[in-house]
Amino acid sequence: MPSSLASDYDPASLPDLLPLYYRRLFPFSQYFRWLNYGGVHKNYFMNREFSFTLKDDIYVRYQSFTTQNEMEKEMQKMNPYKIDIGAVYSHKPNQHNTVKSGTFQALEKELVFDIDMTDYDDVRSCCSAADICSKCWPLMTIAIRILDRALRDDFGFQHLLWVYSGRRGVHCWVCDEAARKLSVAARSAVAEYLSLVKGGDETVKKVVLTDPIHPLIRESLAVVEHYFDQYAIQDQDILGRKESIDKVLALTPEDILFTDFQSEKKPGNRWELVKKQASRKQATAKKGQHFEKEIMLQYCYPRLDVNVSKGVNHLLKSPFSVHPKTGRISVPMDLKELDTFDPFAVPTISLICAELDRPRTGEEEEKMEESQDKENEKDAAERRKIRDYKRTSLAKYVKHLDQFLDGMARSWKGELLKKSDLQKEF
Amino acid sequence: MQFGSRRKKLNTDIQTELYGHPLQFYGQPPLENISLTEFETFAVERLKLLKTIENLGVSYVKQSEQYSQKLQSEIKNLNFPYRPEADDRKIQTGPTEYEKRRKDHISHFILRLAYCQTEDLRRWFIQQEVDLFRYRFNHLHPTQKLEFLHKNSLQYDTVSAEEKVILKDKLVNSSYAVSGITVEGQDFYKVPFQDALDLVRTRKVYLKAGYVYIPHQDIVTIVLNDFRTRLSKALALTARSLPAVHSDERLQPLLNHLSHAYVGQDYSIQKNVGKISLEQIDSLSVKSFPLCMRQLHQSLRENHHLRHGGRMQYGLFLKGIGLSLEQAMQFWRSEFVKGKVDADKFDKAYAYSIRHMFGKEGKRTDYTPYSCIKVILSNAPSQGDHHGCPFRHSDPELLKQKLQVYKVSPSGISQILELVKGMHYQLACQKYFELTHNIEDSNFSLSHPNQYFVESQRILSGGKDIKREMDTPKRSQENSAAKGSNTTHEAAANPSQDLADMTDEQIDSFFQDA
Ligand code: SF4
Ligand SMILES: [Zn+2]
Repeated sequence: MPSSLASDYDPASLPDLLPLYYRRLFPFSQYFRWLNYGGVHKNYFMNREFSFTLKDDIYVRYQSFTTQNEMEKEMQKMNPYKIDIGAVYSHKPNQHNTVKSGTFQALEKELVFDIDMTDYDDVRSCCSAADICSKCWPLMTIAIRILDRALRDDFGFQHLLWVYSGRRGVHCWVCDEAARKLSVAARSAVAEYLSLVKGGDETVKKVVLTDPIHPLIRESLAVVEHYFDQYAIQDQDILGRKESIDKVLALTPEDILFTDFQSEKKPGNRWELVKKQASRKQATAKKGQHFEKEIMLQYCYPRLDVNVSKGVNHLLKSPFSVHPKTGRISVPMDLKELDTFDPFAVPTISLICAELDRPRTGEEEEKMEESQDKENEKDAAERRKIRDYKRTSLAKYVKHLDQFLDGMARSWKGELLKKSDLQKEF
Repeated sequence: MQFGSRRKKLNTDIQTELYGHPLQFYGQPPLENISLTEFETFAVERLKLLKTIENLGVSYVKQSEQYSQKLQSEIKNLNFPYRPEADDRKIQTGPTEYEKRRKDHISHFILRLAYCQTEDLRRWFIQQEVDLFRYRFNHLHPTQKLEFLHKNSLQYDTVSAEEKVILKDKLVNSSYAVSGITVEGQDFYKVPFQDALDLVRTRKVYLKAGYVYIPHQDIVTIVLNDFRTRLSKALALTARSLPAVHSDERLQPLLNHLSHAYVGQDYSIQKNVGKISLEQIDSLSVKSFPLCMRQLHQSLRENHHLRHGGRMQYGLFLKGIGLSLEQAMQFWRSEFVKGKVDADKFDKAYAYSIRHMFGKEGKRTDYTPYSCIKVILSNAPSQGDHHGCPFRHSDPELLKQKLQVYKVSPSGISQILELVKGMHYQLACQKYFELTHNIEDSNFSLSHPNQYFVESQRILSGGKDIKREMDTPKRSQENSAAKGSNTTHEAAANPSQDLADMTDEQIDSFFQDA
């Protein structure tokens, strides 16, 4: 994939760019609006843990801020290379040393999911480890489609923020109040419900289906089927070379011989052969013959890091944090445009900082003067910051976060209305 | 000894109330006289039962035919209630059903005292009690189940007939217990998914918009959830009332004795620090490491890296066989720097977690090496991981290849694979031990990778120089504190002595608060 923009980024320039980023571009007000959750619970924002990775990999945990203003000042002072978000604790995290041991406890956190391309190394032919390309990125698209559906339809969650991590994966923040309150046991049950691919390097067959096939698996298969031909057969070419064919066939029952395989040259037709064998087998065997489905799932089903989802106090990289290696901003994703989402088109910190230096258009100048007349100085500074990010490619991602927050705000309002209605009735 | 001063109030009404049903939620503490000997036997026997339950859970699929059979016979042997009927007339000898129910009741409450003290103990106790409860509930007659629900006022929302029609296919595909024909006649309960986590986790139930649809057969899940919640609250309450016990030097050893008995040797106390040099590890890994550790060692040497799960499992094992903190640091650093990690990065990113393992950072807990049960049941390996138990987590085909490479005879391999197939992982491991050490019958029952190591070293050294100090003598599991200081050990060695000095009010007050 063309990565001309990425090549503009030089990690050595990060220390110079970060101050600019935090001073003029980081969307503090949206960020605060998110983590404050409508101010419903008084100390929610104050008791939230942030942790920063500073220059030279210095890692500082248990940062916390009383107000948006304090957060802004601190971040502008420390210029973190990376920001992680942790749990909401019983006390202010930056005072955790002063409270009696044992009483400082993680109480709530968004239910989070971390999907990392490195976990797919055994089924990717194009790249490995931290590398990604347009040929394997559809794995993330599939993962998001499957999990988003399940979290909404099966678990009834509504406020799901999907975020590109800035390098090789995606994160999901489930922000519903019910999700934030889940116990560790419930989180791990949800994660396990959603996990189908089991086993480490010592396991060949990682998906085994038994009858009856659960609705979750059926729904997920429908998603995989939609992408499978283009992604697996064409792009990854899993039935092209001998090695990769062997890998696929190792997942079929021993008593099935694919004799006609070599004579069939087109990978698409080879897959048809596999499917044909499978349906033949299903017709004769009583149950539990789903190897073509198992193959599809092993190659495409989302692979979750269960440990990240389980813990209430687990830290996860924050949206709008910069990825120090690629320079890319960790941005919220709009699922309406998921199929065209291109990780390589996500702006880098160097790009958006450069965009700030572009001369303003006449229209922008005008607006600016107008507002300067009206507002006092502090507001003007605030306004300038808003206009600043709007002039960069960061704008559409911030806008998406805004929309997400509007959705949550509507449901808070609904809750409040319901409450007051109830009161009226009594 | 008396559980309370309310003996006089105890009449037949309360007896029927408490013991009228084969199963109870243990909502009320016992209020009657109990002799000293009874107190001790009850406690020890329930502990035995719970330990059996734990072991069965590792060797068999819970609720399988074999599991149920073994559990039933243990319950029978220890004179706990196992039959749904309270028909005493047929019984000629032994305790009556009523006596068994009483024992069930009282022994449960005694162990609550011993097992409320720490998070770990509570978790263990709850898990075993929940398994026991599940078994017993499942073996009730359908009418008794309803009676139980009724008696304990457990009511759940049922799904309407119309909704069942709409969801028919999904309901059928979500549970073994449902078929197209039975849906209509079957009651389904609709509860928040948080109340049926076991069914959610194993994907054995239909989920929609945050609710699970539970067929009547699976109602045990919700009941168990209730049981678990109640028990965990009760234990938390008991724990709060326990500081009084801690200050009582006669009572504390007894409770410690009971609560320590469950783990057996935990290998956290390092007795052999410094006896092993880093150069020996390669050869030891071949001769004396169990397969899980050999696998970890090998992949560490090959990849110069191990992921978190592997570092914990292997690191703690090494600590258990006697590596000092300094040695461990040197060992891990020298291996990691051969890979992608330079010394600087190692010191920043990994050194902390190694000191952590030795209790030198963070909460300063001294972490104990993982037991087989922990390795087998928790934190299954995923992509890129090498930890876990090879007998449990490797494909049989790969396990076979590995055993061939390790020169196990074909007949030995097939014996091992047979045990694996029956899910007797620890037995398979023990078989591997016997085969590789050329002995007919190993005289221990394997429950810990470090135990494997100790036993192996004993055999290889001719059974002399390493004393049984790292092994748990059989008796100690029941009769003395397996770990802890000498004082505890001595004090607990004679529990009945302590019991004799215990006042009635002391014991009573704990039950009342619970
Ligand atoms: S049975 Fe225990 S010692 Fe043996 S390999 Fe498994 S975990 Fe290791
Ligand atoms: Zn790729």
